Amino acid sequence: MPPKDPKIEAWAKSKELLPVALRADEVRLPEIAELQVLRHFNRLSQMNFSVESGTYPLGSCTMKYNPKVSEYIASSPGMREAHPFQPEGTIQGLLGIFYDLSLMLCEISGMKAFSLSPAAGAQGEFAGVLMMRKYLSEHGYQEKNEILVPDSAHGTNPASAAMGGFKVIKVPSDERGLVGVEQVEKLISAKTAGMMLTVPNTLGLFESDVGKIAKVVHDAGGLMYYDGANMNALLGKARPGDMGFDVVHLNLHKTFATPHGGGGPGAGPVGVTERLQDYLPVPVVTKANGAYHLDYDRPGTIGRLKGSYANSAILLRAYCYIRLLGSDGLDNVSSLSVLAANYLLSKLNPDAFTLLQGKGLRRKHEAIVSVQGTMSGGAMKVAKGLLDYGVHSPTVYFPLTVDEALMIEPTETETLEALDEYADLLNGLHEKLLKGELEDEPKNTSVGRIDEVKASHPLSLRVKW
Amino acid sequence: MTSSEPHPFLPNLDEEIVQEMLKRMGASSIADLFSDIPDEFALKRKLAIPDGQPEAVVRREVTRRLGINKAGGDSLCFLGGGVWPHYIPAAVESILSRQEFYTSYTPYQPEISQGMLQALFEYQSLMCDLLGMQACNSSMYDWASASAEAVRMAARVKGRNVFLVAESVGPQRLEVIRTYAEPAGLNIRRVPFDRKTGELDRTSLAGSLSSEVAGVYFENPNFLGVIEGSAAGIVDDIHRVGGLGVVGVDPMSLSVLKNPGSYGADVVVGEAQPLGVPMNFGGPHAGIFAVREMSLARSIPGRLIGMTTTREGNDRAFCMVLQTREQHIRRENASSNICTNQALLALAAACYLSLLGKNGFSRLGEVILKNSHYAAERLGEVNAVLSPLFEAPFFKEFAVQYKSAKSDDVYEKLGQKGIMAGYPLSRHYSGIGEAGGYCVTEVHTSEDISRLEQALKEVA
Repeated sequence: MPPKDPKIEAWAKSKELLPVALRADEVRLPEIAELQVLRHFNRLSQMNFSVESGTYPLGSCTMKYNPKVSEYIASSPGMREAHPFQPEGTIQGLLGIFYDLSLMLCEISGMKAFSLSPAAGAQGEFAGVLMMRKYLSEHGYQEKNEILVPDSAHGTNPASAAMGGFKVIKVPSDERGLVGVEQVEKLISAKTAGMMLTVPNTLGLFESDVGKIAKVVHDAGGLMYYDGANMNALLGKARPGDMGFDVVHLNLHKTFATPHGGGGPGAGPVGVTERLQDYLPVPVVTKANGAYHLDYDRPGTIGRLKGSYANSAILLRAYCYIRLLGSDGLDNVSSLSVLAANYLLSKLNPDAFTLLQGKGLRRKHEAIVSVQGTMSGGAMKVAKGLLDYGVHSPTVYFPLTVDEALMIEPTETETLEALDEYADLLNGLHEKLLKGELEDEPKNTSVGRIDEVKASHPLSLRVKW
Repeated sequence: MTSSEPHPFLPNLDEEIVQEMLKRMGASSIADLFSDIPDEFALKRKLAIPDGQPEAVVRREVTRRLGINKAGGDSLCFLGGGVWPHYIPAAVESILSRQEFYTSYTPYQPEISQGMLQALFEYQSLMCDLLGMQACNSSMYDWASASAEAVRMAARVKGRNVFLVAESVGPQRLEVIRTYAEPAGLNIRRVPFDRKTGELDRTSLAGSLSSEVAGVYFENPNFLGVIEGSAAGIVDDIHRVGGLGVVGVDPMSLSVLKNPGSYGADVVVGEAQPLGVPMNFGGPHAGIFAVREMSLARSIPGRLIGMTTTREGNDRAFCMVLQTREQHIRRENASSNICTNQALLALAAACYLSLLGKNGFSRLGEVILKNSHYAAERLGEVNAVLSPLFEAPFFKEFAVQYKSAKSDDVYEKLGQKGIMAGYPLSRHYSGIGEAGGYCVTEVHTSEDISRLEQALKEVA
């Protein structure tokens, strides 16, 4: 029940504060006592798998440990009670942290400046694409309306490019699973605004032609966009800025260990090289005369992406993570995430879980295998089988360029024993698959195999009561 | 490896374990695993960021830095405009702190994600009831991106490229709408508000309507705090030219106000932050996106959770539905590029509404109504202040006019006194003099309001 101030209650007595015509007839909400609400949601939480429940090698999502201390720090009043419109002078502590975070992200990625506003990777991509568009149109390249996107890219890449007003040109990967510079040369034209590339790519492979590709794209007047979803492989090892990228987004909820929240929130700060810095989305945190500012006065900006600053409490957690790991720690993160992925891959039965592309190439932080031995549906059957053993499945059927794909990203926070166990599980499940014993899994989960087709026919998006 | 000093997050950071793993997989060294990085791109120095620190040090240092902020404690916050100070029941915090929820990700494997799926389905259901809508997605980044996506959706669905936006919507949201609309080639036209009442100027609206208009977006209550008394009329006007009525709401206002469904809105967007989410200097919050007609559900951005059964048909179950709208399947033809959303905050809203229930929520609305009107009257007692500025009714936010002071100065000086108040409306609107926006909710007491009144006497 809300608090009632006696003084205000007395004042309000017999006053009609709201015309009847504007008043709701009825507020439709259920009445449930507090303990019963808690029991309900606690029970639901027990029906939810999470990073702290068990191994969660969901490829492309970097499901690593989310430090508890960051949660405690983010619960400080200086974070929770801060209003985004309060005067700059009253929020210097937080702005200082964000300024430092921007500098750290610049150093990690090799960029010149960052805007921390984008709420997620996809919004960072959208910002990046808009910056490319604006830069090019202001530099006499109005005809440039195509963006090259590899066929193995995350779906957000082509979707962001299209939202940004570009035509998407798909670049096929070669037998190595990589984008060859020859393919890029074939597709590039005066219309090419740039290319979006993920390094390492979604197959977990380092795009070894990246230097040559960047040169070809730049020579054609285009710009290079780096999808930072897979940055967990490269911390302290290599920087997109050095590879020739002009725009970078980083997924703080992946690489920098902020909790994924059941689907969000995340944060997708976007960084750029010097020539694009005027175009960054506002605001940008700056420092002048010993004070920090939210700089909105940037005439070249593509504009605003969020109603109020950024997913600030996520930025704070990422800052804490970087402070906890430091320079050496981040380098170790990438070493160990790559070690874990390659180790797990080496333990898999190669006849059951085959590398279709890039045979003989080292993987970076993740690996994609193709499940063999069935006509179709094998990957999903194996994935569902895993769920019965207290672990999460890899990402299934992505990237679309690999048949029966399992995309495995164990991360650096899994133990050797857990990796062994996961590999044994996969190998064992494959034997069952071949014997036709993997048809009705999962069986030990809170509900059995779900009918996902029926869910849309007829569509039921709300409970009626 | 750069060091073998143990780290609590890195279980394999141990020379013996690393060597054992390398040996078993037939690799010579960690460097060997990175040998595919062309030499010209291999970073041959340490990253120039500080060394890692133990948890205790990071906690102390960062908490100290946050302590510099004037937020919480003795500070007062009377700012609103899309992020509002409200009390968060401890039970919401308790549920949100369940790691099973917050350390999970998108429920791609529904059999082990029923908890989040059902909670999000309940969020969608509660929102539909509150808004008077038929379908609600499971969250957008925030209110601003939700409104921007609604504008794009309306243009796409209607095949028209002009969109009308009320001048009285949050200026920040208008900026985001422009950012999103520009690459789609949409023409955004503003509809002014009546300087006396603060309501949308329907005569101007009538003059802007045509068969090229895909829709109109207005907020209710608007950024000035004013309730649009002729919301139904505005929606009728846009319907007459075949466009969509898009309404932005503070869901808290629906504790006492008629919902947008009742006056015919086609799309409702808004901000779920007041429902159990901290202000957090702008985020994470959760954008609301709901539609009136099920036919529009197939065009909306973002994730939708649907109810189904297990294959055996015995158990009720939940999963993501209509995924063919989304980027991971439809790629460049998707309804939006959104992937990661704000699910955890949607969960907070579901918990919040469940805890308050019909009675608690309605009563809360009455308290807010009283507190805000009391404050508006008190501020009007200050000689140099005209309060409230606009004639139309308001819910929890209202504008005041300063007779001589500059609104930017008042806002800065109040801030120095630890009172965050008087958002300078004059930065965005002409013809209203020097005006500031105030937000008063259930968290404010009569003493807090007195403190604000006294401070205003000194600075306004």
